[in-house]
Amino acid sequence: MSAQVQILFKNSTKKNSHTLKVHKEGGGYKQVEKAFGLSTEDIIDEVKRSGIRGRGGAGFPAGLKWSFIPKDNSRDKYLVCNADEGEPGTCKDRDIIRYVPHQLIEGMIIAAYAVGAERGYIYIRGEFVREAEILQKAIDEAYKEGYLGENILDKGIRFDLAIHRGAGAYVCGEETGLLESLEGKKGQPRVKPPFPANIGLWGGPTVINNVETLAAVPAIIEKGGEWYGKLGVEKSSGTKLFSISGHVNKPGNYEVELGIPMKTLIEEYAGGVRGGWDNLKGIIPGGASSAILPKEVCETVTMDYDAIAKAGSMLGSGAVVVIDKSVCIVKAVERLSRFYRHESCGQCTPCREGTGWMSQIMTRIEAGGGVEGDIELLGSICGNISGKTICALGDAAVGPIAGSIKAFREEYLYHVEHGRCMVG
Amino acid sequence: MSEMQEDTNTERPQFSADALKQVDEIFSRYPKERRASALMPVLHLAQSEFGGWLSRQTLDYVAEVVGVAPIRCYEVATFYTMYNLKPVGKYHVQVCTNISCWLCDSETIVSSLEEKLQAKVGSTTSDNRFTLSAVECLGACINAPMMQVNDDYFENLTADRVAEIIDRLP
Repeated sequence: MSAQVQILFKNSTKKNSHTLKVHKEGGGYKQVEKAFGLSTEDIIDEVKRSGIRGRGGAGFPAGLKWSFIPKDNSRDKYLVCNADEGEPGTCKDRDIIRYVPHQLIEGMIIAAYAVGAERGYIYIRGEFVREAEILQKAIDEAYKEGYLGENILDKGIRFDLAIHRGAGAYVCGEETGLLESLEGKKGQPRVKPPFPANIGLWGGPTVINNVETLAAVPAIIEKGGEWYGKLGVEKSSGTKLFSISGHVNKPGNYEVELGIPMKTLIEEYAGGVRGGWDNLKGIIPGGASSAILPKEVCETVTMDYDAIAKAGSMLGSGAVVVIDKSVCIVKAVERLSRFYRHESCGQCTPCREGTGWMSQIMTRIEAGGGVEGDIELLGSICGNISGKTICALGDAAVGPIAGSIKAFREEYLYHVEHGRCMVG
Repeated sequence: MSEMQEDTNTERPQFSADALKQVDEIFSRYPKERRASALMPVLHLAQSEFGGWLSRQTLDYVAEVVGVAPIRCYEVATFYTMYNLKPVGKYHVQVCTNISCWLCDSETIVSSLEEKLQAKVGSTTSDNRFTLSAVECLGACINAPMMQVNDDYFENLTADRVAEIIDRLP
């Protein structure tokens, strides 16, 4: 196993890594000082040069996102950290929060300074009660040491940071659903444009970044965007946390450079597929919403945004779910279809109705009641949802169904014809 | 979407002095003119203060405390799954059954809990000690299968461990 550069998890295995003391011993908070000595334009340029793309799932270049914040807008600006972590299979942000919360806070202070935000929020999923407690302690420590508040490091720079807990709604991971929730409303996503950079939280220009993106910022300031940009591969620079779950011998969160072969990631880091590589059926590469890739694709595909997209799926949040040959794909997708039905916020008709119908048909096929034409019907519903909704949840619901019909059509056909699974 | 339920206890809910202090702390997180943002955290607080669930009366009270219309409070409380709109047991046992946990046999965890607690998913034991729920991904996928009991996660479960955890609860 080749040694990989560790940026996010550099200090995560140290004892009491969650404390300010240990964070500072590892060089923490030095980058706040450095950043305050730079112009805001220089910081944004540095982050642009790094090429880092949003780690929450959409993969939008972070530096570009920051540069969209208008300079001439007199309204208060905001920085929001998305710690909703709801994409099934994903549990990486949880470990950043549990083990290196100050790295996230440091990244947020720098980002806030760069975009001119004096107030920030970390929107954490409601179920992470203990994680929110750890984070609150870290925020309290940072206030006490003068890294947060009205006059950071006596430089006259202000940044106030608070936690806002969600309450169990997957759709709040969508950035405008999250903003609605932060404003004390149902988390129903907003029509875009206007984008949050122009009209975001309480109408003010707002940057929303994932935990992992923000936690990488101190290293970019320390070593430079060019250094970071050289890690990984073209258009997918840097390191990424992959949450590897399912049928592997050593499930876990692994930090590796983007572009690593998927097979290496599974075989060398996650301890291999249960029962050996040849027992692999397929891998969901980027969370439940990404299309499952069959074994033959997994043999050669690399873990970067473009390669996974080219293979017909998406890198998403980096949640790698490994599925072995004992699993009926129809049953697995049926489970996911129920999830999307439950999580559709009900705002857009194609998603509200479509997720319900898809789930019903999937359940019917799985239970042995599938009829001829069901597979085509699913395809038709997918087509009627895709691209026709306000947010990406509709497309997310389509991903696993459309992807599995394409890659594992014979299992669907067998199910409809024989009324039972092809396996087991 | 769930429906709201009246509390049979007709006494008007009232936060304790300590809880009211927490409400003030919650308000301080948001700009003064954005108090409505405090609605979700105050609902969380109310749920823990008033027996683990939010009755229609509690929702009216929270709306009054935060200063929003009751309908706004109903809307939010019925949208998010963590707000319990009917009474739950002393321990709310929530088993993740989404993809990663399902692949690691969460079905066995659910059935062993049903047997152990003598309660079906979605129900509360007759002594009001346990409510058993099957839930969506809780974000601990690398330690599947897992469950949440009130505020705590229990990970890398087996049927035996589940029984042990339940037995150990005070």
